Amino acid sequence: MKQLKALICSIALFAMFAGTAAQAKTEIQWWHAFGGRLGELLNEQVEKFNASQDKYTVVHTRKGNYSETLNAGIAAFRAGQHPNILMVFEVGTASLMAAKGAYVPMYELMKDAGQRFNPNGFVSAVSGYYTTTDGKMLSMPYNSSTPVLWVNKDLMKKAGLDPEMDLSTWKKVGNALDAAKAKGIDMPFCTCWHSWVHLENFSAYHNIPFATKSNGFAGLDTELAFNSPVHIKHIQTLGKWAQEGKFKYMGRRNEAGKNFRAGECMLMTESSAGYAGIKKQAKFEFGIRHLPYYGATQAPQNTIIGGSSLWALSGKSKEENKGTAAFLAFLSRTDIQAKWHQDTGYLGVTTAAAKKTKSSGFYKANPGTDLAGIQMMRNKVTQNSKGLRLGSFDQIRGIIDEEMEGVYSGKKTAQVALDSAVKRGNVLLRRFERANK
Amino acid sequence: MEKRVFFKGWMLPAILVAPQLIISFIFFFYPSGQAIWNSLFLPDPFGLKTEFVGLDNFRFLLSDPYYLASFKTTIIFSTAVSVSSMAIGLYLAALADRLIKGAGVYQTLLIWPYAIAPAIAGVLWLFMFNGNIGLASYYLKALGYEWNHTLKGDQAMFLVILASSWGRISYNFLFFLAGLQAIPKSIIEAAAIDGASFWKRFGTIVIPLLSPITFFLLVVNIVYAFFDTFGVIHTITSGGPEQSTTILVYKVFSDGFVSQDLGSSAAQSVILLVLVGILTVIQFKYIERKVHY
Repeated sequence: MKQLKALICSIALFAMFAGTAAQAKTEIQWWHAFGGRLGELLNEQVEKFNASQDKYTVVHTRKGNYSETLNAGIAAFRAGQHPNILMVFEVGTASLMAAKGAYVPMYELMKDAGQRFNPNGFVSAVSGYYTTTDGKMLSMPYNSSTPVLWVNKDLMKKAGLDPEMDLSTWKKVGNALDAAKAKGIDMPFCTCWHSWVHLENFSAYHNIPFATKSNGFAGLDTELAFNSPVHIKHIQTLGKWAQEGKFKYMGRRNEAGKNFRAGECMLMTESSAGYAGIKKQAKFEFGIRHLPYYGATQAPQNTIIGGSSLWALSGKSKEENKGTAAFLAFLSRTDIQAKWHQDTGYLGVTTAAAKKTKSSGFYKANPGTDLAGIQMMRNKVTQNSKGLRLGSFDQIRGIIDEEMEGVYSGKKTAQVALDSAVKRGNVLLRRFERANK
Repeated sequence: MEKRVFFKGWMLPAILVAPQLIISFIFFFYPSGQAIWNSLFLPDPFGLKTEFVGLDNFRFLLSDPYYLASFKTTIIFSTAVSVSSMAIGLYLAALADRLIKGAGVYQTLLIWPYAIAPAIAGVLWLFMFNGNIGLASYYLKALGYEWNHTLKGDQAMFLVILASSWGRISYNFLFFLAGLQAIPKSIIEAAAIDGASFWKRFGTIVIPLLSPITFFLLVVNIVYAFFDTFGVIHTITSGGPEQSTTILVYKVFSDGFVSQDLGSSAAQSVILLVLVGILTVIQFKYIERKVHY
């Protein structure tokens, strides 16, 4: 028995020393939301960084989906057990921005660590989302995508349509759906991320406000404004299509992607980052088109991003912050960014990466993969198309989803549903304003 | 005559009840106190600053039509789960009780679903009714019935009730079976000799004699439907569509941990606490009186 005790003690002692030896390298914790193929690609990046230098070790942990990762980060922050780097999806941006003291702003982190860092190297439509009104970049853009229209060309042919036909406006899309329905196609249209595609991006694309005060960029006293006649017209159209069986609702997130990849859905609006999965699984010829718009308004403005950025949380040692800065600078390197862009369908968030991808001939070999980038950058960004900065926005999206479900099931008109969503959302905005003033 | 035992001094009784008291304090009084305290504040998610708002959180909640709707949802849901799982459990128990051959096999098979965790049960049913790959939804469609519980509230409600009741039937079955086996055969045989039919015997002898167990199961099932069905709802509908399956407990979770509104979430916990207290008092005061032990 005594011998056993001695053995255990010595093992414990050894483990302690071994632990300190391994800690000679500073450990940087990164919490993220990527599993599957994206998780593998992320792991590749981390391993490459760890192998590229010997001062820091980045350890990454998946904490669930976007919302779960944000919540885990917040709970850990309250308990003082938070990671160095937290992945926060675009919807949570305003919540972090308002939590001054919870993070080290990116410009400050880079300056303190003496990292060479050029915020102007980022595509402005992307970095604008994470930059204060006075031009200070707070977090590092990681993965950004924008919605596009995915086309199943085989089903188009089956519907007697020209697979290369013009689908630039919702009216033309509507005609195609009519034809498809008449030919007995079961699911002519489906969509992922309802609020993001059909209200948030819709607003930017038509250059109309989603919320007042430059969509929240200019102050916490912003109010939702997505119940304008143009919005109502679009949502009513979707509701009508749902009633007529041309549009099938599959869920709030990207559930419809499954139906598209299985070859059931003819046209789908989904993030450009659907590329990796569609390319891998689709057993039909697919095409990528720009997001449709209403021809009655002027030519489309630009679409906005979805995705995440990386936040350096506060309360860490100077040495660790240096490591965080080194890793984030590594991630923004052109070769890393270009590979990420080509593998995933996410946008190249630096202009250099986009250029490199173009010169490598990737866009020629994979037609349509450049559309997302073009669509985001086609015009000078206006105050309606910069992005959104709204508190409690995850919750507000939930409200919008609920109300839109009411329209699709035929229980509510678009007018009633959007008015109600605006009213309910504004209550939350006021609550957020109060908690963060 | 009631027997009473007296201890000398207070040390021994204090030590004997201490573990129970400590557990109640740590797992009940302390968290409840925290919930009541937090319900008076409006904190930001990161806990960097907080503001005393008095009863504003409650005012905010009670003016939210979806919160009020959640009460109705909870009542429908818990009634449906308790009644359906108890009725089916009793029916199966009555059948199994009459079995002569292979009773053990049937009983074991019927108890099995109870071993499955609510979240897993939820995923199982979700697979069957999934709009893309579900077998049940496929056959329903073949029959001409459009199944889409992501959009249709009543279908979603039906599905979560089904998934929640399923495992519960086993539990109720087990207790009803034990209750049935405890009823002396002689009483039933005497009634049979007097010419009472099966249903007559069931209604006038078995059901009254089962009432203590029925009452116990009623309390336990309602508590289950209120609190333990979280996993089922979370995996199948996440409270949607249009919050039509958001029961009170799920709303506490989604407002507190998904939306980071801890003040509102704490206020909801307090309301829930009061509600469960009232429910328990009603059950023991009015329903228990009708129970024959």
